[in-house]
Amino acid sequence: MHLGWVDWLLMLIYFGFVLGIGFALKRYMKTSNDFFLAGRAIPAWVCGLAFISANLGAQEVIGMGASGAKYGIITSHFYWIGAIPAMLFVGLFMMPFYYGSKARSVPEYLRMRYDEKTRALNAFSFAIMTVFSSGISMYAMALLIQTLGLLHGIVPDGWIFHVSVALSAMIVLGYIFLGGLTSAIYNEVLQFFLIVAGFLPLVWVGLRNVGGWDGIRRTLPASMTHSWRGMLHANTNPLGVEIVGLVMGLGFVLSFGYWCTDFLVIQRAMAADSQDAARRVPIIAAVPKMLFPFLVILPGLIAVCVGAHGGHGIIPVKVDPLSGSAVVDASGNAIYNYDLAIPMMLLHFFPSGILGLGLTALLASFMSGMAGNVTAFNTVWTYDIYQSYIRKGASDEHYLWMGRVSTVGGVLLSVAAAYAATSFNNIMDALQLIFSMVNAPLFATFLLGMFWKRTTGHGAFAGLLSGTITAMAHHGLTLPAGATPGIHGGWLGHVIYTYPSDMAQNLWTAIFAFSVNLIVTIAVSFVTEPKPESELVGLVYSLTPRQSEVHLAWWQKPQALAFAVLLILLLLNVVFA
Amino acid sequence: MNLDIRYPLGWIFVAFGVVLGLYGLETIHNGMYAASMNLNLNLIWGVVMLGFGASMLFLARRAS
Repeated sequence: MHLGWVDWLLMLIYFGFVLGIGFALKRYMKTSNDFFLAGRAIPAWVCGLAFISANLGAQEVIGMGASGAKYGIITSHFYWIGAIPAMLFVGLFMMPFYYGSKARSVPEYLRMRYDEKTRALNAFSFAIMTVFSSGISMYAMALLIQTLGLLHGIVPDGWIFHVSVALSAMIVLGYIFLGGLTSAIYNEVLQFFLIVAGFLPLVWVGLRNVGGWDGIRRTLPASMTHSWRGMLHANTNPLGVEIVGLVMGLGFVLSFGYWCTDFLVIQRAMAADSQDAARRVPIIAAVPKMLFPFLVILPGLIAVCVGAHGGHGIIPVKVDPLSGSAVVDASGNAIYNYDLAIPMMLLHFFPSGILGLGLTALLASFMSGMAGNVTAFNTVWTYDIYQSYIRKGASDEHYLWMGRVSTVGGVLLSVAAAYAATSFNNIMDALQLIFSMVNAPLFATFLLGMFWKRTTGHGAFAGLLSGTITAMAHHGLTLPAGATPGIHGGWLGHVIYTYPSDMAQNLWTAIFAFSVNLIVTIAVSFVTEPKPESELVGLVYSLTPRQSEVHLAWWQKPQALAFAVLLILLLLNVVFA
Repeated sequence: MNLDIRYPLGWIFVAFGVVLGLYGLETIHNGMYAASMNLNLNLIWGVVMLGFGASMLFLARRAS
């Protein structure tokens, strides 16, 4: 691929600003509170944009475009069902406890509400997951740079992967090391606007090319342009999931488990300048999140419509990077590389100049995904692991220093994870699987903790462990249709049920894990001693005085904002049903 | 926080807008815009980005 000087200039300007923000903020980083919590002084709209931007990593932009190209507008369920309701819930009901309890992290909330062992379980599993997630982002970015030939002719071909990993690691390290969470949040806001600025003209030109949404509907089969058609049965829609699995598994267990408990996103809301602002953060974030399908999924649909030869549009055939020959499936048909849907769209429609902007937007999304994980890692490491188990009672200066050291450590571990991904074919699949098993039951622990004062620490710990074991057992005993036992399931030697698709199996794993956690936590709580009520004020709903909202104008009230978001959500679902 | 995010945000959009806009003007008769449906995306989007950046700077200035 040939890039003009103007494309390089735009990318350089972007990297200049990214590091410049770090330098500009360096002098404000005086205490560990400034570094890890951004001094709790950021306005709600800034935190809100960082809230979605930290989540808008590489996997999301590339993956949603790919899924749009493969399955169609039905992919929007990951946003409309799989994110928005959970984001409204965390803002309306859970944020008062996270923010009001003065906990500095999600694991710390668990210690205040339950006990040390529940916190330790959550802190360690979370720290490991963040490092691997940021490693996967780094790996995906380097792979894309290599596939597109971005550095071809500048760096020897064999070095492109290493140079990409090193560059992205240094830039992310640089701006977090200097400016901590504030720097990460400011950069995430920058990234948000650049992603919108880079993808909006792509959708505009793409839609003109294929004759607008009507043109797409004429070209593609109806199942790709309707989000609810055929959802009653798994075999009448492209996802292979039926409505109960979708709404319960994706819409409730997985999405609430992620948006309401994952410190990566909660940390952004906790940086807000007041409790009212913190509650508005996820609700403000829900507005652009709801519209993102038009920026990241729609280009995928357009990509399969352009030219429309053989129904694959401009999606290229998958090529083996080692031999350079096309990859074929068991019956000899070519396999298409849907992951390249969005990059191909950029190359197809963007002339030099705006192409630089599009690539900057893509790189920005990779970096925001990495930086989000690194800032969550350094906080959990320093407060929940180092300060709790390794060195208690040191000076604040020491923890600020540790924050910087763990930023370096987190980035180095991410690099190691990125290389692990290159040498073991299945390691990333295996890790994703383990994450989903650790995460699936988590929401029950928080739900009971916040809304049932009788829940005990022993109950929470037992429930969390048995939920994870259930997830493993369910995965080991079931298999998606057409798969062989192994990484896809059935590894316990005996398959008791076959699901119509991977996704159906995933969603039901989560549903079972959540239910078992809920039941075990309740059962164990009844036979163990609860904490005295005086210790639970500010941590549990029924024991926390309701905050007065009379000082807020109607449009500042979280309920009013959430109601407006729900109305728009309903409208979108009706229009694209 | 003492640094208003709208300053860096405004300046980066102004910088992108100016670069894209000038490049768009320079390549106004260039055949490369066939790819983008004969729209001079650089010029159009450069002006849009410049406008957004300038309004961010204006808002930041008014607030301080």
